[in-house]
Amino acid sequence: MKLSVEQVRHVAGLARLSLSASEEERYAVQLSAVLDAVAQLEELDVEGVEPTSHASLAAALLREDTPRPSLTPERALANAPARGGTSFAVPKILE
Amino acid sequence: MSLTDLTLLELAEKLASGQTSAVEATRACLARIAQVDGKVKAFLRLDERGALAAAEASDARRATGTRLGPLDGVPVAVKDIFLTEGVETTCASRVLQGFVPPYDATAVTLLKQAGMPIVGKLNQDEFAMGSSNESSAFGACHNPWDLTRTPGGSSGGSAAALAAREVFGTLGTDTGGSIRQPAALTNTVGLKPTYGRVSRQGVIAYASSLDAPGPMGRTVGDVAALLQVLARHDPLDSTSAAVEVPDYRADLEAGVAGLKLGVPREYFVEGMDPQVEAAVRAALAAYEKLGATLVDVSLPHTKYALATYYLLAPAEASSNLARYDGVRYGFRAREGKGLKDMYGQTRDQGFGPEVKRRIMLGTYALSAGYYDAYYLRAQKVRTLIREDFTRAFTQVDAIVTPTSPVPAFKLGEKVEDPLSMYLMDVCTLPCNLAGLPGLSLPCGFTREGLPVGLQLMGRPFDEARLLRIGRAFEREHDFTRRLAPL
Repeated sequence: MKLSVEQVRHVAGLARLSLSASEEERYAVQLSAVLDAVAQLEELDVEGVEPTSHASLAAALLREDTPRPSLTPERALANAPARGGTSFAVPKILE
Repeated sequence: MSLTDLTLLELAEKLASGQTSAVEATRACLARIAQVDGKVKAFLRLDERGALAAAEASDARRATGTRLGPLDGVPVAVKDIFLTEGVETTCASRVLQGFVPPYDATAVTLLKQAGMPIVGKLNQDEFAMGSSNESSAFGACHNPWDLTRTPGGSSGGSAAALAAREVFGTLGTDTGGSIRQPAALTNTVGLKPTYGRVSRQGVIAYASSLDAPGPMGRTVGDVAALLQVLARHDPLDSTSAAVEVPDYRADLEAGVAGLKLGVPREYFVEGMDPQVEAAVRAALAAYEKLGATLVDVSLPHTKYALATYYLLAPAEASSNLARYDGVRYGFRAREGKGLKDMYGQTRDQGFGPEVKRRIMLGTYALSAGYYDAYYLRAQKVRTLIREDFTRAFTQVDAIVTPTSPVPAFKLGEKVEDPLSMYLMDVCTLPCNLAGLPGLSLPCGFTREGLPVGLQLMGRPFDEARLLRIGRAFEREHDFTRRLAPL
């Protein structure tokens, strides 16, 4: 599977990564090689095989829905790169 | 003999009998770190104050005749992927630089409740992605057996800190072999527990369906003692198993007589180092002499495990790492043209090349039009790989293989070739795909003096038997007694 630079740019957009031009070229080559290697899975007949989505061997357990103390706003915001009052601050979304 | 040359259980005994104190042991670790870590670089940061305060509290308890458990006062350290309240946690990534968690991972809480001082945070591959510790944003860790070589990854710091005798026990995480492979490369012992045996709460997620936190130590007994502290059901992790926790040290010395050990032909792969193969074959012969029966088994889908892993893990990673967007914590790029640009710049500047490579691969595999061809197909192959193990375990009690196909390689040797780096995990990752427990322990050295590891894989929640099988070999050989020349 050969990935073009345009495809790499499209995927980078989906992943919210602003790659440089040289990164785009490097990833086009490296990802193509990895995709060639994983194409090996096409050899197998997986018709009728159930997918395994999780390694968990026990059924998921639900815990009692009881209130517990949560982080205070001050602690929750303590790592914010930018904040305004009790909110995380981000650049303007609408012009 | 210096205090730091003791094993974890030896130190625990000396503490119990009052021959040394927790403060003395913690100071010895800090002194040893000051002496050797400039060369090894196993630590990303220390918490001297926190560790010494915990050690003083432990000594105060002992003075009044109370103890929190058998390991009360034994200094340890944890991979930087574990959240530690009030102590910076970066997962070896620039994107999390400066992040100070407001709470502890459950595994860290359990260490603290056992009275164990945590001396610092250990180096690793960035977001646990890598097999050599070279993807750490803060510089590679070095193998104490040969400083020009890698200690393996991604829990390279956790392994190197033990091999360099900087602490008595460590925590790592294993998504595709990240505890076992570095253990093998550094002559230490590492256990990847059954998925769900040790809580993932507060462990920064890489691939949620595969990640397994676990203990590392210098001997099998040390690892059994640490697992005893960590294994339990955690209501804060919905994937944590509510399975009874046995006494892991009760049958540790019971030997292997009468046990059936499976030897899968698919694990003695082409390209394997002949010296590694020789050491593993010698270990198999040793097990026969100890009364175990070796059984040829086949795990026919083994060769598809690597491809399956390198689709599923990046897919899950691309989703988990979406949270690093510069809004709530960590690094934010200087503001550009609006929100979307801030996300893109933050992530491009914050993540290193290996992490970006896997995010890209995972995003591609999950994107419209490719989901069925890649992700869904890989999940189906995962089922076939699990069924191979289920079938084998109807015939045998455990499976024995090499941990890594080659001994520690030179730093820089594989960095530019992701596929050859990914091959380092070829023996370990089927175990993660199937959710099984896996143990790596020392089984010899190459002529150049590089450690070789033996891997034991078992049925779900059968850690006690793996530890017992590992211990039977360890008792007959002095490999874990050999110390790195440092």
